[in-house]
Amino acid sequence: MSKATQVPVRRAGHTDLESTRRTPAPPAGDLIDSPRFPVQAKVELGNPVQRKNLHHAMTTIRAKRTKVAAELDNWEDLRLAGEAIKNRTLRHLDQYLVQLEESLTAAGTTVHWARDAQEANAIIVGLVNEALGDAEGDAREVVKVKSMATQEIDMNEALEEAGIAAWETDLAELIVQLGHDRPSHILVPAIHRNRSEVREIFLEEMGRYGRPAPEGLDTEPANLAGAARLHLREKFLRAKVAISGANFAVAETGTLVVVESEGNGRMCLTLAETLISVVGIEKVLPTVEDLEVFLQLLPRSSTGERMNPYTSLWTGPTAGDGPQTMHVVLIDNGRTKVLSDPKGREALRCIRCSACINVCPVYEKVGGHAYGSVYPGPIGSVLTPQLRGVTSPVDASLPYASTLCGACFDVCPVRIPLPDLLVHMRHKVVEGKKAKAEADGLKGLLHPHAEPAIMKATAQVLSSPKLWAAATAAGSLGGKALKGRVAKFGPLPWPLSKWTNARDVPIPPTESFRAWYARTHHEDGSLK
Amino acid sequence: MTITSPTTQGRPAAGAAGAGKTVALFSTCANDVMFPQAPMATTQLLERLGCRVVFPKKQTCCGQPLVNTGYYDETVPIVRNFAETFAEYDYVVAPSGSCVGAVRHQHQMLADHAGDAGLRRVVDGVVARTYDISEFLIDVLGVEDVGAYFPHVVTYHPTCHSMRVAHVGDRPMRLLQAVRGITIRDLPDADRCCGFGGTFSLKNPDVSVAMAADKARNVASTGAEYLVAGDNLCLLNISGVLRRQHSGILPIHIAEVLASTEEAS
Repeated sequence: MSKATQVPVRRAGHTDLESTRRTPAPPAGDLIDSPRFPVQAKVELGNPVQRKNLHHAMTTIRAKRTKVAAELDNWEDLRLAGEAIKNRTLRHLDQYLVQLEESLTAAGTTVHWARDAQEANAIIVGLVNEALGDAEGDAREVVKVKSMATQEIDMNEALEEAGIAAWETDLAELIVQLGHDRPSHILVPAIHRNRSEVREIFLEEMGRYGRPAPEGLDTEPANLAGAARLHLREKFLRAKVAISGANFAVAETGTLVVVESEGNGRMCLTLAETLISVVGIEKVLPTVEDLEVFLQLLPRSSTGERMNPYTSLWTGPTAGDGPQTMHVVLIDNGRTKVLSDPKGREALRCIRCSACINVCPVYEKVGGHAYGSVYPGPIGSVLTPQLRGVTSPVDASLPYASTLCGACFDVCPVRIPLPDLLVHMRHKVVEGKKAKAEADGLKGLLHPHAEPAIMKATAQVLSSPKLWAAATAAGSLGGKALKGRVAKFGPLPWPLSKWTNARDVPIPPTESFRAWYARTHHEDGSLK
Repeated sequence: MTITSPTTQGRPAAGAAGAGKTVALFSTCANDVMFPQAPMATTQLLERLGCRVVFPKKQTCCGQPLVNTGYYDETVPIVRNFAETFAEYDYVVAPSGSCVGAVRHQHQMLADHAGDAGLRRVVDGVVARTYDISEFLIDVLGVEDVGAYFPHVVTYHPTCHSMRVAHVGDRPMRLLQAVRGITIRDLPDADRCCGFGGTFSLKNPDVSVAMAADKARNVASTGAEYLVAGDNLCLLNISGVLRRQHSGILPIHIAEVLASTEEAS
């Protein structure tokens, strides 16, 4: 078998224009096989255009959020309410899900349950095939509203394999799709691109997948949006099937809610004949009244707006108006596993607003591609390793992709204690490392199990007053030995180079604090 | 905003606000070995305000570097040592918002992790009596003007853990504003992390340096002579970049600023 044929068609990469793909191919490989965070972060740091784009965009969106959150004098009460409602819902999730199924069914929506990505995709492909009937060629397609759940299960690629084209209709998702790229943010997926790059992508790619970009397209945002509007319009008007996610699913009434900014969602939700909504089981809310809290928290936290431009609520099909066939696919895909961890389950409160990502100083430096995860930033670093487990190199590195500065918790609209969860996940990674070191026996003393041994030795010194006092004396001896010889440490060899490549370090002092205190004070605190 | 305090003489000294109070100083492990000036200044400042300052020799570390790397079991004996060392004192004071934050936010969790109800009881008591120096001065001694004199241009970096874990709020700034002769320059993007993050700086060295460079650039833009903060390891990170760039801006712990007096200068 030649090397080329070992690569599945769906990951052929965009240079392979002869493939039978219907939609632009995303980058090769699966996200879970991504390099460890520090490795990819270094690559991303080397992209000055992206760094500039991210800094500009994140600074703007942070300022907007801060301003609109401060407008409400009951903002902290809303956060507490959001936390409480989600906690209560998750505590009784089994009951609310059954109630949701009953309400959805009563409203004329067909409910499907999927344990994992594979089951979900099989259900969705089956439903689309059923809706398309004997349609052929270009007609074998669906239009999509932006949805994290479908990203998580890699639905577009599953449809592609079944010969069905899934067209992204959110402007930024369109940029990402046409750019053979991956989203780098959950709210603004093309945040890493500037308008010159968007113009190039549109001119190069639009014609291959539908209506070409107008000749002479410039970089004016309005003109770029206009080009997308024309390109998408023919797809909206043609597609018989639309696929959406849902921001909320109301158990009491069987109502689904989509919150969006561009109106592309409204087009998908109303123009198609069949609507399939893919919904994570943690999206359920008990009552319509609960939306009062979340429709304030979500737009202010995410886009920094008082209210988003389009909020669609629908409760099953309406005769003669909009899609006449509606399906909901409720997906678990690791969520019940997260729910079984009393600490880790706090991450399930997440409403995908992205406030934690926008405020994260680590994310701002490297962007979303460094995380090897559909969900980047602080929430991705605690959620993805729970959904996928901490066995892959990238998943084991994600909980460490944070300085624990705590800015994320302060902005989280449902008060997820992200720094605590990052530490909690680090603990899980360490437990895994220790178990492996033990299983490996003597081999475990060597790299890559060195860290547990170093930490154990450090802990022994730090929990023994005698050993610690000896260590402080040794530090002062070092300072004395260096005094007068070196003013400071410049670049040092590995592993100290990690610190000294960009920073100077002062030499240790010649006297520790405890030595000074003993020289100047009696034990009772009186001066000598 | 630039604040210049008058250098007027004869303002009332803070006097003996601490008279009759015995403070157990938690120097923190990093200060003990690498930055003794900060706990020395804390000692001198508290003694000037009338406190008796004792240094329980059994103390080592708060355990934060280990627990934040995910090593819970290893940290429990460190927590136990901390709790036993400081259990008998009314006031435990440290020149570090980060270490105080770790005691306050993590020690109870670790006692629970160990399943040791006895340890949890001792920890509960110690946690409630542990203060960052800025909190002890304002909340316990009730002083903002500690009689300090520091005729220099400074900028202040509010460290992440002092703000978001220990919650010292505006106390450090209030203390600095009352220092005679000082000029305080606003630090742009003050609330953004400097990129230290403990073992983060070793596990993610490239991102850490990129963040530290931003912070250093903002510090340099103020034109300050000194960068003041309440955590020496954050200062080590930022000033490491400043030193490499030969910026001439010196790091200084807030306790050292507050301990400075006209007589001493």
